[in-house]
Amino acid sequence: MVLNCKHVWGQISNYIEGDVAPELREAIEKHLAHCRHCAAVLDSTRNILVLIADDRAFEIPVGYSDRLHARLREKIASRE
Amino acid sequence: MKAGTHSTGLVAGDSPAIRDAELIARILSGERELFHELVRPYEKSVYFATFSILQNEQDAEDAAQETVLRALKNLSNFRAKSKFSTWLVSIAINEARARLRHARVLKFESVDESPPDEDGGFTPSVISDWREVPLQALERKELRELLQKAIASLPEIYREVLLLRDVEEFSIAESAAALGVSEGVVKTRLLRARLMMQKILAPQLASKRSGLFGLFRSRAGGSWF
Repeated sequence: MVLNCKHVWGQISNYIEGDVAPELREAIEKHLAHCRHCAAVLDSTRNILVLIADDRAFEIPVGYSDRLHARLREKIASRE
Repeated sequence: MKAGTHSTGLVAGDSPAIRDAELIARILSGERELFHELVRPYEKSVYFATFSILQNEQDAEDAAQETVLRALKNLSNFRAKSKFSTWLVSIAINEARARLRHARVLKFESVDESPPDEDGGFTPSVISDWREVPLQALERKELRELLQKAIASLPEIYREVLLLRDVEEFSIAESAAALGVSEGVVKTRLLRARLMMQKILAPQLASKRSGLFGLFRSRAGGSWF
């Protein structure tokens, strides 16, 4: 199986997930070994996903949890 | 971002599913105040789900509160075949979508807006090499803003799936269940979403690297660079 760059881009997400068949994985890795552009696309995509998965990438509004539970408390109390 | 350890008042070491099932049973038999403990590990996920759709802190918080109240009201309808967190987030998504539709109607915009073409082409940013941006760099406000802006710029269907899978770390199956679409659709949207993020961010991160991380580099002695 010989893949071109577009084929590899189309599989990058599944490849990151570990969700490609062994034969396809081997073909992708063969391509990545000699295509520095696709290797850079894969590395940068992975890197960006690691960054956005980090807790510090997003913030919850200050007091969100307190306000949520206060509202919930009122609701629970109103039914009791 | 995934729910981690939490105080349940139940036996330490219980899996989240067992903990949730026990709490739900007790809440339904009258200990309604335990609902606080049930939702606490997932309240951030609820906010991120509503924010991913509404893109506004106040609206997202209002929708998150409504989600939790709705979940309390409908808890007896919850079926243990899905995870409580998936069920809760799917309520959040529906609540946020309803608010968005309502806002569009008020603005006289079409509510039947076609979703972006899911069969079209996709091209990442083709670069020749990549130097890893370390997690420690996330302390820099500018980097956080770049990431948030990039996510905000994605069309809604891609933003939702990226938030669920890559920020909340839902599985493909859980993301599909929360969004009410097939796993195949989740995978297709995830590919687009990830490549869009790469296309937006890779050139920006590469070109801003020295400005963004100058301070970090001087602190770290430049060893990663």
